[in-house]
Amino acid sequence: MIDRELPYPRKPPLSNPEKLARLAGIGLIVLIAAGAFAYVNGSLDPQRLTPARVVDVFERNNGVHPGYRRNHPKGICVAGVFESNGAAASLSKAEVFASGRTPVIGRLAVPTGNPYSPDSAAPLRSFAVQFTQPNGQQWRTGMNSMPVFPVGTPEAFIDLQIATGPDPKTGKPDPAKPPAFFAAHPEAQPFLAWVKTAKPSASFVTETYNSVNAFVLVNADGKRQPVRWSLVPEATDAAPAPDAKEYLNKDLNDRLASGPQRWKLILTLANPQDPTNDASKAWSGEHKTVDAGTLVVDADSSQLNGDCRDINYDPLILPSGIEGSDDPLLAARSAAYAASYMRRTSEVDQLKAEPALEKQP
Amino acid sequence: MSTPVKHFAPLARLLHWVMALMVIAMLFIGAGMVASVSERHEWLLNLHKPLGIAILLLVIVRIIVRVTTVTPPLPADLPAVQALAAKLSHYLLYALMLAMPLIGWAMISAAGDPVMLGSSVRLPSIVAANPDTFAVLRKAHAYLAYLFFLTILAHLAAALFHGWVRRDEVLDSMLRGKSRD
Ligand code: HEM
Ligand code: HEM
Repeated sequence: MIDRELPYPRKPPLSNPEKLARLAGIGLIVLIAAGAFAYVNGSLDPQRLTPARVVDVFERNNGVHPGYRRNHPKGICVAGVFESNGAAASLSKAEVFASGRTPVIGRLAVPTGNPYSPDSAAPLRSFAVQFTQPNGQQWRTGMNSMPVFPVGTPEAFIDLQIATGPDPKTGKPDPAKPPAFFAAHPEAQPFLAWVKTAKPSASFVTETYNSVNAFVLVNADGKRQPVRWSLVPEATDAAPAPDAKEYLNKDLNDRLASGPQRWKLILTLANPQDPTNDASKAWSGEHKTVDAGTLVVDADSSQLNGDCRDINYDPLILPSGIEGSDDPLLAARSAAYAASYMRRTSEVDQLKAEPALEKQP
Repeated sequence: MSTPVKHFAPLARLLHWVMALMVIAMLFIGAGMVASVSERHEWLLNLHKPLGIAILLLVIVRIIVRVTTVTPPLPADLPAVQALAAKLSHYLLYALMLAMPLIGWAMISAAGDPVMLGSSVRLPSIVAANPDTFAVLRKAHAYLAYLFFLTILAHLAAALFHGWVRRDEVLDSMLRGKSRD
């Protein structure tokens, strides 16, 4: 332990003004250090788009539903296995693409912001999947049934949320705002053209789910291939949604009762001119695709206590052999999902008390 | 008994300054990454995890060095409160250097996420996946980081007070191996 030292050679005493100046110097150094920290953590900059502020916008638009995901909160857990056929093993060294089976835990969801939305509230469905490789590395991917995203940057996405959400003054959505947003964001045209034709589906199982963002596959030789991927259903009986509030979970249960449900994992290889940094742009024209195997889902369970509940489907949790692209949405998703996850994991007790979906009108 | 040493052992001083840089860098990296939705979030996090684990390894070495080398005593005329504050704050700094990386590692484990350092190195999980555990650890990681930063500021101010105002040997004992005079 530190003991008291013997008397050390004394220096001539400081005058009071000297002492004060030195104390002020120390104060200034501490202040500069604290200021630098406040600058870096965003405290001095209320305009900075931080993960917490992104999640605040969702909460403002949709209300706070404790324990639920702050986006895509209505969903159901599924489980199964990915049967790789080995066809993508030359593109990526990830174990998941070697021939064989990889266990998966997934989540099918309705991409609105409210856990009590009717199933037809959006003409969209989403599918998030976690693959756990034998080496313990994981591949997590959150996919959407839209082919392209409305916008290409997190800033534009948040502006879109604000434009479609309630006006802070009236508490109601302002009908003038979405047209103004879309006029200022011509990149949303491909999405708008698609959404016009989109109808809510009667089943989760008949939908195609797209990565939307681009990723990069890396093979054992270090060769890099940008890709987007899709889960393409084997079920062919797609039908328009029935006139009911809830039908997706029952449909899924009924189908699983008669057997496993399957999707093909199709990798679309980017051509050299395809943008990898802009999820609002389709990759048009001829493309080489690779059928990497089949995702087989054989069980489902409630999201209130199922295995998918506590998974953060962060699109940048990737195994060696799959990397994020230069798409700015990926980093934004990773950061925002972490903020949403941090909030909802401290609220799971409130979910246990919730009498499930029937609760609300 | 021989006269007490006036300076920290060379290895202790090296570890002190290398780790001071690393810990301060970690605090800024952590604070900056959770305030960003840009690519910065991603690359800072990829730096944060291996650098944090390196701190964990170094602090173990440092604690061994601390208990096996002779430490210079505090000045005999230092008021008892200040001496106590010095001792307690040093214990706190060691505790935080050890706890922060362990909490970071444990919270990623509790989230059920693979603990990846880089694209292919994976550390084992050290706690079972559980949302309540994650929530507690994640908050502790943030609050203790702020406590860490405040303790370092106080430590810095005290060191400068010794060097510039009291003008005793305390600051020199960590800065150099030989006395100035
Ligand atoms: C910057 C743009 C985006 C933001 C800020 C954002 C935000 C969020 C948030 C906060 C969640 C809840 C996460 C959780 O608590 O676990 C979520 C879920 C989800 N997002 Fe996004 N998102 C964005 C873009 C996208 C894109 C481009 C896709 C396209 C595929 C997507 C697909 C999904 C899916 C599938 C889920 C549900 C995951 C699950 O079932 O757990 N998101 N999003
Ligand atoms: C001396 C060691 C460390 C220091 C000083 C430190 C500091 C920080 C700070 C200041 C934050 C921001 C907290 C907030 O305001 O929410 C943070 C977040 C975080 N740290 Fe650490 N950390 C350390 C070690 C580690 C280690 C070893 C790991 C993992 C192996 C880790 C993983 C994380 C993660 C995952 C986050 C949250 C990222 C997010 O939510 O986006 N940290 N850390």
